Amino acid sequence: MTGGTVSGTVPSGRPRLRLEARDQPGLLTHLAVSLLLLVAALFLAGIVMTVAGGNPLDVYRSMFGAGFGSKWGLNDTLVKMVPLTLASLGVALAFRMKMWNIGAEGQLLMGALAASGVALFAVPPDMPQWLALALLAAAGAAGGAVWGIVPGWLRAQFGVNEIISTLMLNYVALSIVQFFVYGPWGERGFGLTPMFERNTWLPRLTEFADQWSALRGLTLHLGILAVPVAIVCLAILLNRTKFGFEIAMVGDNPDAARYAGVRLRRTMIIVMALSGALAGLAGMNEVSGVVHRLLEHISPGYGYTAIIVAWLGRFNPLAVAVVAFLFGGLIVGADEIQSAGISSLLQGVILFVMVSGNLLIRYRIRLRVPETLA
Amino acid sequence: MLRRLAVLASILLLAALLAACVLPDPSTYPEEMPTEVEEQPTLTTPDIVEGMFNVAFVYVGPIGDGGWTYAHNDGRVYLEENLDNVNTAYLESVPEGADAERVIRSLARKGFDLIYTTSFGYMDPTAIVAEEFPDQAFVHVSGLKKNDHNFANLFGSMESAKYLAGMVAGARAAEDGSNRVGYVAPFPIPEIVRLGNAMTMGMRRTCPECVMDVRWIFSWFDPEGEREAAVSMIDAGATVIITGADTAIPVQVAGEMGFTGVPGNSANACDAAPEACLGVPYWNWGPTYVEIAQAVMDGTFEPDDYYLGVPDSIVGFAGFMEGEVPQPAVPDWVIPEVDDVLQQMRNGEFTRFDMFTGPIHDNAGNLVVPEGESLTQSDLEGIDDELGALLGRPGCTYCMGWLAEGFVADAQVPQ
Repeated sequence: MTGGTVSGTVPSGRPRLRLEARDQPGLLTHLAVSLLLLVAALFLAGIVMTVAGGNPLDVYRSMFGAGFGSKWGLNDTLVKMVPLTLASLGVALAFRMKMWNIGAEGQLLMGALAASGVALFAVPPDMPQWLALALLAAAGAAGGAVWGIVPGWLRAQFGVNEIISTLMLNYVALSIVQFFVYGPWGERGFGLTPMFERNTWLPRLTEFADQWSALRGLTLHLGILAVPVAIVCLAILLNRTKFGFEIAMVGDNPDAARYAGVRLRRTMIIVMALSGALAGLAGMNEVSGVVHRLLEHISPGYGYTAIIVAWLGRFNPLAVAVVAFLFGGLIVGADEIQSAGISSLLQGVILFVMVSGNLLIRYRIRLRVPETLA
Repeated sequence: MLRRLAVLASILLLAALLAACVLPDPSTYPEEMPTEVEEQPTLTTPDIVEGMFNVAFVYVGPIGDGGWTYAHNDGRVYLEENLDNVNTAYLESVPEGADAERVIRSLARKGFDLIYTTSFGYMDPTAIVAEEFPDQAFVHVSGLKKNDHNFANLFGSMESAKYLAGMVAGARAAEDGSNRVGYVAPFPIPEIVRLGNAMTMGMRRTCPECVMDVRWIFSWFDPEGEREAAVSMIDAGATVIITGADTAIPVQVAGEMGFTGVPGNSANACDAAPEACLGVPYWNWGPTYVEIAQAVMDGTFEPDDYYLGVPDSIVGFAGFMEGEVPQPAVPDWVIPEVDDVLQQMRNGEFTRFDMFTGPIHDNAGNLVVPEGESLTQSDLEGIDDELGALLGRPGCTYCMGWLAEGFVADAQVPQ
């Protein structure tokens, strides 16, 4: 985003605050302001906790301990980080092009559904595990991609607002999942499918406990490897390819991009497909790596949290992953705090403060005293 | 520039709202019941205390729900007060799904000796974690599964208490001259059908002309749906509403319209509308929680399908228990009969199997259970051959899926 001031003209001669654009907000500015805002958010949430009768320092200490303080906590945080990162990267990719894809939740669900269908009906129990997992991953990505292509195509072809269509498709996806888990794939009307065969499970660290006993009980699964791979691929795509340049161009100025020869519709559809595929992979990771079956509540809102994570990570793949890791720890840690609800409180406050305070990264606040007063 | 910012801001606001919708938000729960639990320390984390017997509870709702979870938390408090050297902890509003397994595993890792999980959806997560921690005990409430060393399931004969509620409701409807009672039914599952049949049979006992209307709301907790169901049945002529869902709203609504009702789950549920309330079929988990904890401490805990009855005190009917006075709206003439049946239940002379003994007709007039036959536990729980094979139990013959005589003729169990 570039220049200008947002203060407008000063109508009268009163002194007033004025926002001035920073020339080129550097990494240090980003970090410093983000850190400041995080502290402010924790402070604000702390006030609420104090009013509620708790000691915020104790709460933060035990949250930090639960999320990052032991190998168990770290394990749980990393498990949470996998779907969060993948879905957030998908969202970030679309947002780079100013395609407001808020359908990651639905894309994740469709990915989980497709992967589950393959696991339940297409993989014989004697298929090699690597092949079964490859099939599941492909199905998950495809399921999510389809759910991204639909609104992408609607936008490209008819100009249908993708904010509305992706949001609505989330509910459609949830209904489809409910239909399958209570209906044809369901086990006894319990809202879940039967357990998958072992060869469709992403291996967990604990399965290697025979060689390394320290791994016993660790539920972190192979899906974590998708995180660095996705970060590197996305970073290369965005920063080192012509297509990535086109995405940025379309995002900055679609008209200019079109004049420059970018095929707008094609780019939109491909970006939405990739974005959906990443969310779909997140869904595949949950069914194959964590639950080993499909159930109605497969996602506790990862797709929505992903929007927040992508934005806080400023659509930068590496930063998004870091934020996803922190948010994973926040969720794991806050789940331990009673009464329940601290997690949503903290997420809300952090988001609110970060969003409203974000202006500080790009602008500096100056007190301007008009000359008439001087 | 400003437009972009505005778009971004609106999207993020939307995202925050959506994320907040998905996360359970205790603040949306309606008028809380006056709680009598002593001051809970706020903002705590569940942790074990070295040298004590540590028990953890996983709740599906907030303890302030005035119903299902409230009753479990009462049981937890009872356990802590009635067994020496016991430390208890809980996690509330834990969503069913992938997070449940992580949360239960985290409690097990901390070293809790006994973990109670108190919602149907925790069944498989509890089973999985129980296998990983063979030296700790796990008890799942309202489920069907168990293993052979450390994992049991626990439930109770709520149908007995609902039968008593039906007796009182029938008497009240006869007194009102309406001869019509309404049932707010959450889901078309065997448990809810069983409870509806029990209250209908109780109603017919005190009011042979009475009929039972029903509305399926497809939710355990839906204040607006519960209200609409109650109003709709009152509009259709019912003067007494029995609710199987979580809140006491149907009873409050009935009260506002000049009628009466029966809430459920927690012993103090009448407090929400004392004038309109006829009594509460409630859960009393405390004594059972103590007994199981004692067995685990002694090393005598045997994993099983625990399905307890009135003699075990796991259920009660508030207003008619020892030292209690029936609510003012209960017709005087029915009190001795209810006391009598309750006594028979306590003595084990009138169990759920006696209650469900033929001849039983359905609401279309067909004979469902012939004379002399009694339902089995599998019949009561609607466990068919397929599920029975999965659980290692016999399948059902008269599977709970029919509505007993006394339900209005056009009432059905939705498919």
